[in-house]
Amino acid sequence: MAMLSRFAFFLLWISVLSSTTHSELVISRIDRRVCRSTVLSVFRVLDDPKPAFFLGSMRAIGLSDVVDLSSHIVRALFSLKVENVGSKVVSEVLLAFPNMQAKNLAAIKTLYNEGRGKVKASSVNLPTTVVEPEGMPPELTFYSVSLPKGLEKGGTVSLDVLAVFTHSLQPFPEEITQADGQLVVYQDSAYYLSPYTVKVQTLGIRLPGGRVESYTKFPNAKLVDSEITYGPFENLPAFSYSPVIVHFENNYPFAVAHELVREIEISHWGNVQITEHYNLVHGGAKTKGGFSRLDYQARSSVRGASSFNHLIFRLPPRAHSIYYRDEIGNISTSHFWGDSRKTQLEIEPRFPIFGGWKTSFTIGYGLPLQDFLFKVDGKRMLNITFGSPMDEVIVDNLIVKANALSKQLNKVVLPEGSNGISASVPFPTKQGEEIKYSHLDIVGRPVLVLEKSNVVPEHNLYFQVYYHFNNLSLLGEPMMLISGFFLLFVACIVYMHTDMSISKSSASYLAKIQLEEVQATVQQIQNIINQCLAVHDKLDASLRDLSRTGDVQSCKIARKTADAQLKELVKELKPLVTFLHHSPQASHIWPKVEELVAKEKDMQEKMFLRHSTVVDCFEKKLGGREIENRIASQQQKLAALRQEVDDLLEFLDEI
Amino acid sequence: MAASSETKGEGTLRKAFGGVLGFFILLLIGALAFSIRLFSVIKYESVIHEFDPYFNYRVTQFLTKNGIYDFWNWFDDRTWYPLGRVIGGTVYPGLTLTAGSIWWLLNNLNIPLSVETVCVFTAPIFSANASWATYLLTKEVKGTGAGLTAAALLAMVPSYISRSVAGSYDNEAVAIFALIFTFYLYTKTLNTGSLFYATLNALSYFYMVCSWGGYTFIINLIPMHVLLCIVTGRYSPRLYIAYAPLVVLGTLLASLVPVVGFNAVMTSEHFASFLVFIIIHVVALVYYIKGILSPKMFKVAVTLVVTIGIAVCCAVLAILIALVASSPTKGWSGRSLSLLDPTYASKYIPIIASVSEHQPPTWPSYFMDINVLAFLVPAGIVACFLPLSDASSFMVLYITTSVYFSGVMVRLMLVLAPAACIMSGIALSEAFDVFTRSIKLQLPKLFESPPGSGDIDSAQDEVVKVDNKAATDKSETAPKERPSKKNRKKEKEIVETTIKRPLKAKRLLVLPLEASAVAILLLIILGAFYVVHCVWAAAEAYSAPSIVLTSHSHDGLHVFDDFREAYAWLRHNTDVDDKVASWWDYGYQTTAMANRTVIVDNNTWNNTHIATVGTAMSSTEKPAWEIFNSLDVKYVLVVFGGLVGYPSDDINKFLWMVRIGGGVFPHIREPDYLRDGQYRIDAQATPTMLNCLMYKLSYYRFVETDGKGFDRVRRTEIGKKHFKLTHFEEVFTTHHWMVRIYKLKPPKNRIRGKSKKSKSNSKTSPSNLKRHGNLKKNPWQ
Repeated sequence: MAMLSRFAFFLLWISVLSSTTHSELVISRIDRRVCRSTVLSVFRVLDDPKPAFFLGSMRAIGLSDVVDLSSHIVRALFSLKVENVGSKVVSEVLLAFPNMQAKNLAAIKTLYNEGRGKVKASSVNLPTTVVEPEGMPPELTFYSVSLPKGLEKGGTVSLDVLAVFTHSLQPFPEEITQADGQLVVYQDSAYYLSPYTVKVQTLGIRLPGGRVESYTKFPNAKLVDSEITYGPFENLPAFSYSPVIVHFENNYPFAVAHELVREIEISHWGNVQITEHYNLVHGGAKTKGGFSRLDYQARSSVRGASSFNHLIFRLPPRAHSIYYRDEIGNISTSHFWGDSRKTQLEIEPRFPIFGGWKTSFTIGYGLPLQDFLFKVDGKRMLNITFGSPMDEVIVDNLIVKANALSKQLNKVVLPEGSNGISASVPFPTKQGEEIKYSHLDIVGRPVLVLEKSNVVPEHNLYFQVYYHFNNLSLLGEPMMLISGFFLLFVACIVYMHTDMSISKSSASYLAKIQLEEVQATVQQIQNIINQCLAVHDKLDASLRDLSRTGDVQSCKIARKTADAQLKELVKELKPLVTFLHHSPQASHIWPKVEELVAKEKDMQEKMFLRHSTVVDCFEKKLGGREIENRIASQQQKLAALRQEVDDLLEFLDEI
Repeated sequence: MAASSETKGEGTLRKAFGGVLGFFILLLIGALAFSIRLFSVIKYESVIHEFDPYFNYRVTQFLTKNGIYDFWNWFDDRTWYPLGRVIGGTVYPGLTLTAGSIWWLLNNLNIPLSVETVCVFTAPIFSANASWATYLLTKEVKGTGAGLTAAALLAMVPSYISRSVAGSYDNEAVAIFALIFTFYLYTKTLNTGSLFYATLNALSYFYMVCSWGGYTFIINLIPMHVLLCIVTGRYSPRLYIAYAPLVVLGTLLASLVPVVGFNAVMTSEHFASFLVFIIIHVVALVYYIKGILSPKMFKVAVTLVVTIGIAVCCAVLAILIALVASSPTKGWSGRSLSLLDPTYASKYIPIIASVSEHQPPTWPSYFMDINVLAFLVPAGIVACFLPLSDASSFMVLYITTSVYFSGVMVRLMLVLAPAACIMSGIALSEAFDVFTRSIKLQLPKLFESPPGSGDIDSAQDEVVKVDNKAATDKSETAPKERPSKKNRKKEKEIVETTIKRPLKAKRLLVLPLEASAVAILLLIILGAFYVVHCVWAAAEAYSAPSIVLTSHSHDGLHVFDDFREAYAWLRHNTDVDDKVASWWDYGYQTTAMANRTVIVDNNTWNNTHIATVGTAMSSTEKPAWEIFNSLDVKYVLVVFGGLVGYPSDDINKFLWMVRIGGGVFPHIREPDYLRDGQYRIDAQATPTMLNCLMYKLSYYRFVETDGKGFDRVRRTEIGKKHFKLTHFEEVFTTHHWMVRIYKLKPPKNRIRGKSKKSKSNSKTSPSNLKRHGNLKKNPWQ
């Protein structure tokens, strides 16, 4: 194994170096434990290296180191007790990691316990930074912990250092079949690698349980209940190194999101919309051979132990409108439950994820704005978590989720019209700004882009974005829509009321105008004729009254008024008819109109004739039958005429 | 029903705000047409449906990403491997361009909708447009009332819903709108004789050509109508205006569409239009000459022209016939031929016959797809004849031809649906007119003179006697009175009509009050049945996207999302350039959802290629492996429904693979797969069947699920239960086993002794199995 030889070389090099080291700091006790640690609330990684470095004369008097290998995120917890054996006051403690580990180091934080002894009343987070001290081997990366107050000669300080490593478990063998368990190799040093001499040190490696294929027995190893302990070792010189390799079974789902783009979109109408695009891969041993659904369904715990088929997200409380989909549509296999304190979303990928298999999906949810947006000194402050809500520590669930992200993009989309944007993130990120256009934007929304690689759940901290925003700009888009529609309607009204013809003198335009005039005239004529007919009806009615009452006088009066009315109507009719006669556009209806007018005239005459006949008869006191006989022929003619007039009217109507 | 409320409200409201009311009714009809198609989104999700829509979606994505010029030049190397396909030149671009421009417009307005969303909702939007176009067309034929009724009917006709639910992003979705709108513009031109509408008509025809291959229906139907008009002596300059510009402009525009190109003048589908174009010119000339000559001179001229004309026509015809006859298919495409001769496809082109939507429909499918319209259509035809106008004769012709075509291919039911809606709309509206009017005329009398009811009775007796005459009389007058309403001078008109109404009322003979009330009630019930059926069809029958299946069991809804599971697996866990072989049905989906190269897809342009895949599926493992390997295939995808009872799986389609494969490669013979003419997969099946690749890939390790190998689709135990795959390995099977993906094993290193051994092994193993099968059979006999 190339890696081992590198280790050996490294060791040799260090032993050469250690003789020349001038460190006087002694780590008196190291208790290195890889433990299943809960996510600590505050920690900070700063990586601005200090140019000058003063290496104090110190030693670590006690050191315990526990490495937790039960998930695929390696968490190492160093409990250090540092003693200053030199004469100068020391304010910084150096931590050393081999470069190989350091490049996988996702997060490091140091806790300083103020209280003495067991009472760890208040722990203070100490700034831990990368430094490049002079004269140190380049194969090591150094982190410097600044102590809250200088360490006097002979003084001791207790520190807890949590280092989180990703991609430190190498699957071996690198390819397994569906039925195999996943074996991984972990490499570390039994001795705590330190620039200081170490008085007492132990190393504990906590394994997930299950099979342990092999582990380095030297020096002084014990395997008890899936925890391997090395040590205690005493009086180790600085830069001691003794490689340790553990080969064990770890079927923990190695969920690695290659890329996660988180988009936080703030709407001042009351919603924070979060969209997360995951590009997920199973980072464990690659699957070789086929995948048999039969085996997977029949004995999934055995055949497919290394796979995972669901993931759990812990969303903030009151999350709503949750969706889970990928580029080809909704994924229906998800469950969701929530109460006032948390919202939990359990999703299943479209297919079980075996080693090396990839998938991608998007989840999105809305959050109430007032839970995350606050007003601070006239500025708006968004306070929201940085990392993915995908969960790691759910003890009651056997399939526990963790994610290590190779790269994470956080995009905070602020509303249109925001300015003066600044962000405060508790760890270094790459920041940038973009403009996004959405929902009828004109100037676009400012987008703050925060980029960070190698993110672990420990990074799931709150960060703040400050910006200025005027509430009035909320009304911009509704007003724009209102005015847009208003203008549209105005345009419609204008269009309907204007004459859009290009040439007012063109033949077709004139013809159209004339045609309209003709139509209007024809309608007037029709109206007049209809009025005439109404007069006729009145006459009829008067006749009927006559037959009932025998009142000749009133009948005569009725006739007179009718006569007058009709004369007036005929007078009105005359100019219209002449106009129609001379209009070229009316040539096709002229004969009909002429006929109509003639018929109507005829009808009038007949009407009066009949009327006079009836009145005469009454005056002569003739019997009812006699009268009927006399007017029968007239009646018939009238009916026929009426029919014709109606027909003509209808015909004109149709034109 | 909107229509009924409309016809009833006509009495008072329409006169006052007829236009406004009509506008709002149309708006509601549009909303109805849009929203009735959203069942699929509500019940399932906003997703593209079925097979072809996925291709259209993919093309639209390409268009929006790369722009129009790249789209025209797009050579797609992800399908028909290794041939590829020139998408830009072989696709009807109308739908894609429509959705693409909608998306472009929205995006430029900064309305962030994804291409998928736009594609999903294109079809509902265009069905709203189609119902408005139906209103316009029917208005041209029979007036506003009929128009609104027809629009309401079309908004929810199941046949059209089946092709235009949200997500059904297919050519037909926009093409039906284009079809109706073209017909509207044609009748509008016919009624007005306006060159403006004629030009619009040509443009609309162009849009139709862009959208769907069904444009040939237009370019044959309109000439037929023109010919009909000429023959029945209805030639007019308006007819000329309506037709001649359409042919000239339309053909020019049509040939601009790459997929049509020179076909617009070369193929026989367009022949009728040119012939009629010649005829209409001759007729126009004759009419012109008739106008300028005296009758005597005209007779002389006729004889002269007829002799010369006949000679010229004969010559032209002879040339044309010679040209047409020289081509093997007589210049017709396969699909057109199968329309003219319904048995053609099943005889010569199994690929066309294998598509379920190319089968002739059954009677129930008529009831399913157009429901009560089927009964109303005859009444509509009668109503069209009562005053036979140019426009109504066109509608009669349209319904007759589309009834024929729908009888040939179930897919063309879609063309029938608008015609049926228009006819039924006319029928319903006429019926409502008659009944409401007779009620309206009698109601006042009823209230005015209750004691003198004797007169009314006698009047009614009269009515009964001349019942028939009344009906005809009325239908003549009623529709015609409507267009006049659209006159601009509304105020005057109102005065005029109010005066006229009582006059007319005296003349119109009416139906008995009770009879018409009952009839209206019955009509409303009929309409209600239709609405209920349509909503049911939209919600239950036609809303399934077919890539997601659901089943209701006692413990609730169960979702089968296996297709997308498989496609997602292919997309994420195979190499980008891997080739996937499957039956052609799944080609479009594989390219669109899995983004992998396929061998054949639903654009069945190369029969040989499909036959190759069919042959591979029907062969035994080794030759199949060789075929697939020669095509550079890495994965083989089969759809298997035996575990959950999904009936449209590959085993049920298998005979078509055999047929299509056998059509090109004669060593595949259909009888080899049939036992006594029966297709079976149980122990009685033929050894060829039990050893073919499709059988093996479908049933590999199936027996281990329940110990017996009971196929839930075929409802039988499978014939051959325990076997191993020698040339393929299973790489993925979905949750319900509906999609199974196999990988071709790499070729073995050639070791002389070993290869021989394995060969002999593989030779013996089938015979062993066969013997095993025989053993199994014997106890039975």
